[in-house]
Amino acid sequence: MAKKITIALAGNPNSGKTTIFNALTGSNQHVGNYPGVTVEKVEGRVKYGEYDINIIDLPGTYSLTANSMDELVARHFIIEEKPDVIVNIVDSSNLERNLYLSTQIMELGVPMVLAFNMHDIALGNGVEIDKNLLSELLGRPIVFVIGTKKIGVEKILEEAISLIEGKFHIGDVNIRYGKDLEGEIAKLEDIIIKDKELVSRYSPCWVAIKSLENDKEVIKRLRNSPFANEFFEQLKTSMYHLKVIFSDEAEAVIADRRYGFISGACSEATKITKEDRHTLSDKIDRVMINRVLGFPIFLGLMWLVFQFSFKVSEPVMGWIETGIGLLGDLVGKFFPEGSPIQSLAVDGVIAGVGGVLVFVPIIFLMFFAIAILEYSGYMARAAFIMDRLMHKIGLHGRSFIPMLLGFGCNVPAIMATRTIEDRRDRLVTILVSPFMSCGARLPVYALFIGAFFPQKIAGNVLFSLYLLGIMVAVVSAKVFRKYVFRGEAAPFVMELPPYRIPTLKAVVINMCQRGMVYLKKAGTIILAGCLVIWFLSNFPWNPSYSKDFDALVEKADDNQELVTRLENEKSLEKLEKSYAGIIGKAITPVFRPLGIHDWRLPVGLIGGFVAKEIVVGTLGTLYSVGEADEESVPLKEALQNAVRPDGSKTYNPLVAYSIMVFMLLYVPCIAVIAVIKRETNSWRWPIFTVFYTTAVAWVLACIVYQVGNLFGLGN
Amino acid sequence: MGNLKLLKDLKSGQKGIITKVSGVGSIFRRLLDMGISKGAEITVVRVAPLGDPVEIKVRGYNLSLRKSEAANIYVDLME
Repeated sequence: MAKKITIALAGNPNSGKTTIFNALTGSNQHVGNYPGVTVEKVEGRVKYGEYDINIIDLPGTYSLTANSMDELVARHFIIEEKPDVIVNIVDSSNLERNLYLSTQIMELGVPMVLAFNMHDIALGNGVEIDKNLLSELLGRPIVFVIGTKKIGVEKILEEAISLIEGKFHIGDVNIRYGKDLEGEIAKLEDIIIKDKELVSRYSPCWVAIKSLENDKEVIKRLRNSPFANEFFEQLKTSMYHLKVIFSDEAEAVIADRRYGFISGACSEATKITKEDRHTLSDKIDRVMINRVLGFPIFLGLMWLVFQFSFKVSEPVMGWIETGIGLLGDLVGKFFPEGSPIQSLAVDGVIAGVGGVLVFVPIIFLMFFAIAILEYSGYMARAAFIMDRLMHKIGLHGRSFIPMLLGFGCNVPAIMATRTIEDRRDRLVTILVSPFMSCGARLPVYALFIGAFFPQKIAGNVLFSLYLLGIMVAVVSAKVFRKYVFRGEAAPFVMELPPYRIPTLKAVVINMCQRGMVYLKKAGTIILAGCLVIWFLSNFPWNPSYSKDFDALVEKADDNQELVTRLENEKSLEKLEKSYAGIIGKAITPVFRPLGIHDWRLPVGLIGGFVAKEIVVGTLGTLYSVGEADEESVPLKEALQNAVRPDGSKTYNPLVAYSIMVFMLLYVPCIAVIAVIKRETNSWRWPIFTVFYTTAVAWVLACIVYQVGNLFGLGN
Repeated sequence: MGNLKLLKDLKSGQKGIITKVSGVGSIFRRLLDMGISKGAEITVVRVAPLGDPVEIKVRGYNLSLRKSEAANIYVDLME
């Protein structure tokens, strides 16, 4: 029988960890979440010899402190789940900093194989590593790997297994912290050892070091220890003692020692054969993030990402819509014409699935582009260029790209916030992204601008809406930062990794994972939302009509114009008497301060919850003009001519503008709500978004209308 | 030690040895994690187009940090 073992891959971001994970597991991967947090857990399986190996790709981290969620997750996994071996992926061309994480894994006292990745690049940079000597100095087996070429990948498993089978002798190599520090560590250990429960899970030395480092989690755990008083007394004394000796915090001294240990080992076991000169990346950066060219290049690249993801996906989205339409027609034939079950199948389920699928091309293409930016190393440069601006509104340089993508579609924009490390930065970015006016809102603007504004100012009106969206996002971000997510700003300190040519395989795998996550997690919510809206706008199924439409249609059988008019009238009345119509009428008074008096508009807005582009079609039905799009002249005329009971016009340019402001800011579509749920892993933020955005929309549209009226713009 | 300066005051191209890292909380720890510790050699590579953050080379790799963060790092200027 196969023996089951677990191997965890740990390593710095940009160490090529995912490339090696992909090389080890192929497509046999599964993406989930670590319990209770939004950190993704990627697992894969591989058979090797008589072993059935479960490989976990831990989040990439620089350290194992309790600082970020990623670090905590990686650390918890190593301590709690006790994988049989840790494979630490190390970027050979950046040894010193990469080995810092290794020293912390060493402190945890778990079996570890060091996989020195990108060995070829290190050699190219003129760094020769004496593998055997360094392995001896670090007391852990070392494997040279070139992940992108799959060289040495099997050897990782071989070494891991020989470690499990006890074939590799782990020397008693420990980091030397120096006499003074070690003395204090020993004193703390003596107390820690008394707490049997604690020692059964953690190495006493590790607990001692972490407490000197002021590690929040470890300190919290120690407070519950029966020996807490004694321990903290000693800790205070030790810290004071060390501060006197080193005139520095214990934390800094420990870090110095780890780096000292690494530098010592490296200078002994590596040889630098080339003079330190500028790398290729340095040369590329002289152009890419140049003071003058940096911005134009950045904007150019963003333009390309946009063109690529939206222009390419547009026709595909069209095909999907056509395909769904055809499928609906086909399936519809199997059910009695005009029956509720036919409507459920065609307008409910199939249209709902269509609503899910229509986003797939854009999500796949956009993540293809984002993966290229990320894996090539440019994403960090973009953050470097934009940080000044974004930091001003309390966000991170990395928030810019997701917000920019929001102008296309908010769904991938919110999914793209994953590259933002800090939880609060990420949440604020998610919450303000929907104010970026997405492409689906454009038809509604086009309809109202076309109907109520002269051609020559149309462009300016549209531009003012986009600008308003940006302003609301900026103000919201500031407010959230100031009142909701308070506290110390997350550090920006960010690596600018060397440029690399991303492999197609890695990009495709990343793209597919994102796409599948969307389909599985968000798809169900979107479908459910579509079904609810379908129900609301179709039931009661047979309302009592004011006229006997069927009889009238029969009588007018050769007068096509009359038949169409009757049919349009009937659909209007059906929608008016549906639950959506009833709700729309009931909430109309709420819209009066915004200048909206006609119940039809709120009904259209309810439909906009499914997808913004639906609003125009719904208005077509509500104004009895049949099928309509934003170019529809009859719909525009119907809007222009609509009158209130007292004979005054329902709409004028001011009301139209107020409607567009509301449209811009109110509840993003159900797909956005679904991805917010998925990305924040709770219902709290999506529900908050629904209320927050709607409140902002109401207030601003109200201000627009009321102030406009004061200046006499309403007449 | 007449050449003791804060990293944030260095111009691009200037080089020095870190003598002390101050600060508290997550920023302090993050700096240590990224190899900003006593004795490391540090070179300012460039300043971002908008004047902040700055890019430095430390322990053989490139790192960017805001000037407010660089204000925690004391450097003994070389040359």
